[in-house]
Amino acid sequence: MRQFTILRAAIARREISLIILIGTLLALVTMRAPMFLSTDNIQRIVNDTVILIMVSLGQLLVILTGGIDLSVGSIIAFSGMSASLINQAQPAIPAALILLVGVLVGTALGMVNGAIVAFGKVPPIITTLGTMSIFRGFTFVISKGQWVTAHEMSQSYMNLPHGDFLGLTNLIWWGVLVSIVMIYFSTYTRSGREVYAIGGNATAARFVGVSERKIKFMIFTVSGFLSGLAGVMWTARYAAAVNETATGFELQTVAACVIGGVSIAGGSGTVAGVILGGLFIGIINNALPVINLSPFYQMFIQGFIVLLAMLINTLADRRQEKMLLGRRRS
Amino acid sequence: MKNMVLTLSLVLILASGTVFAQAQQEAADEELKLVLLVKSLGNGFFEAVADGGVEAAGELDNVTSIYMGPSTATAEGQIEIIESLIAQKVDGIAISANDPDALVPVTKKAMKAGIQVISFDSGISEGGRTIDLAPSAAELIGRQQVQLIAELVGYKGDIAILSATSQATNQNIWIEWMKEEIKKPEYKDMKIVETVYGDDAADKSYREAVGLMQKYPNLAGIISPTTVGVLAASKAIEDEGMKGKVQITGLGLPSEMQHYVENGTCGQMALWNPIDLGYTSTYILEALVTGKAEGKPGDKISVGRMGAVTVGEGGASIMGVPFVFNADNIAKFAAMF
Repeated sequence: MRQFTILRAAIARREISLIILIGTLLALVTMRAPMFLSTDNIQRIVNDTVILIMVSLGQLLVILTGGIDLSVGSIIAFSGMSASLINQAQPAIPAALILLVGVLVGTALGMVNGAIVAFGKVPPIITTLGTMSIFRGFTFVISKGQWVTAHEMSQSYMNLPHGDFLGLTNLIWWGVLVSIVMIYFSTYTRSGREVYAIGGNATAARFVGVSERKIKFMIFTVSGFLSGLAGVMWTARYAAAVNETATGFELQTVAACVIGGVSIAGGSGTVAGVILGGLFIGIINNALPVINLSPFYQMFIQGFIVLLAMLINTLADRRQEKMLLGRRRS
Repeated sequence: MKNMVLTLSLVLILASGTVFAQAQQEAADEELKLVLLVKSLGNGFFEAVADGGVEAAGELDNVTSIYMGPSTATAEGQIEIIESLIAQKVDGIAISANDPDALVPVTKKAMKAGIQVISFDSGISEGGRTIDLAPSAAELIGRQQVQLIAELVGYKGDIAILSATSQATNQNIWIEWMKEEIKKPEYKDMKIVETVYGDDAADKSYREAVGLMQKYPNLAGIISPTTVGVLAASKAIEDEGMKGKVQITGLGLPSEMQHYVENGTCGQMALWNPIDLGYTSTYILEALVTGKAEGKPGDKISVGRMGAVTVGEGGASIMGVPFVFNADNIAKFAAMF
C-alpha cells in the first residue's frame, strides 16, 4: 500500500516537473514575444500539436513494449495521399467516408508492420525502417509524384480538421477523444496492462500467460490506425497532399514520448506524460519562428532544449530513487 | 480535370501526327521541319511546350513544328527518335533531355548530318548542342519577385521572405537579388524585415508564415520563392483571416496554386511558362537553320514576342523573366502543369 502511494507520487512528480518545464518555456518565450501567451495563440499551438500527440500515443504503445515505429511518418503520407486522391477523383463521396477509408488504410499498413514483427520475429526497428521506405515509395507510386492541392479537394474534406464545435476545432476534439480512449485503454483494460507487462519483463509476462504475439500485432495496428487518422487530418489541414508529408516526423513522436517520461527500454510511461511531451515540442515548434532568433540557431536550440528537458527529467527521477532507498533503510 | 488533360493530350498527339503527315507532303515546298523532342509524351508541361512550337511556326514563314517524345521518360527512347529524325532529314531539333550526357553521341551524329540541335528546359552537355536555353536567370527571378510583391502591396510596407532551406543555393541567390532590387528608389517605402526558412515542408512553412504574421503586425507581404512555401503561406494567410491584409507572391505551380490565385489570397505569382519555352526554342532553331544566327557566344537572336535571346558562354542562353500568373490566366495553365 505504502509502495503504491510512493509509485503514484513518482508518476505525478514526473508530470508535474513537465508542467513546470512547460510553464518556464512559455514564460521565457513570452518575455521575448509577448503575443505568444494570448488565448488565440494557445489554441493555435494546441491545434498544431494534436496530430503530433495522436501519433505519439501510438508510438507510446510501441515503445512501451521496447520497440519503435519508424514508419509513422510514411503511413501518414500514404493514408493522407490515398484519402486526398479519392477526394480528388470523387468529390461527391462524403468526407466522413473518406476519413474512414484513410484510417483503414493506415490500420492496414500498421497490420503489415505488426505481422512482420509478431509473426516474422523481425526486430521492430528493422521492420519499420524497411516499411518506412516502402510506404513512402508507395505514396509516390499512387500519386505519380503529383500533389493534390486545395482546388482539387472538397470543402467538406478540408473542414474535417477545421470545423468548429463548441469553440474548439474538430481536430482538437479528435485529440481529446483519442487521449481519453488511450488513457482508458492503458490503465483499465487487460490488453493495456499486458502492453506494460511485456515491456517490463517479457519472460515473466509470458509465464503468466500474456500472448506477446497478439499484443505486438495489436500495438502496431493501433499505431497505424492513429497515423492513418493523422494522415487524413494533415492533408486536410494544410489543404495539400504532398509526397514528402511528415518526413522525419517519426523522430518527433519518439522525442515527445521520451520527454514525456517514457522509458525507451519499455515498460514505463503514461499517456498524460506523452501529451505533455507533445505539447512541449509543439510549443518549441511554434515559438522558434516568433522569438527573433537567427534561423541558423533554430535547429541547435531545438535539440538543446529537448535534451535539457530530458536531463532535468531523469535527474528528478534519480532523486526519487534515492528517496525510495532512503526510506527502505529506515 | 484528368479527363480534360487526357483529351487535350490526345488531341495534341493527333494534331502533331497530322502536322507530321502534312510536313512530309509539303517537303517539296521546302518547309523547315523543326522538332520539339520532349522527355516524355502525356505530360501537361510538355504538351504546353508543343503549343508554343505551333504558335511560333504560325508566325514564322515556312516552318512546321513537329512534337515528339518517347512514351516513357528515358534517354534510350529519345536516342531512338533522334536516329529516326536523322534518317528523315529534319532541319532542326530542340530537346529537353532525359540525360545530359547519354544523348551527346547521337546528337553529334545529327549535327554532322546537317541538323541543328539545341536543348531547352533540361540541357544537353556542351558539344552535344549549339545552344542550351534556360527558362530564366537568378537575377531576373529575384528582381521580378520584388516587383510582383510591390504591385500587390502598393509599394509600401514590411516584406518577409519565406524560403526553402537555409542552404538552398537557388533560393539564396534569388534572395540576394531581391535585396539588390529593393534598394531602388521606387521601393523606398518597402523593407525586407526577415528571411525565414520552411525547409520545403508544408507544416514548417505554415508555422513560419504564421510566426511572421504574429511577429510583424504591420506585415504587408510575403515572398516565397519555392512551390511548397508559397502554397503553405497562402493557406496560413487564409486560415489566419489575413487575406487582403497580407499579400503573398512567389514561385508556384499553377495547378497547385489555382485555388489561392482565384480566390485572391495570392494576387499574382510567377514561374517559367512552357508555352514560351516551346515558342522561343522554335524561333532559335529557325534562326540557326536559316543562317540568321550562328549560335556563337554574343549572338543576339530575335525571338518574336519574347524579345531577344543573347547567346552566352558555352551556348548557355536565357529566355527571360518568369511568366506571371494571375486570376485571369491561371485556370488555363493549371490544366497544363
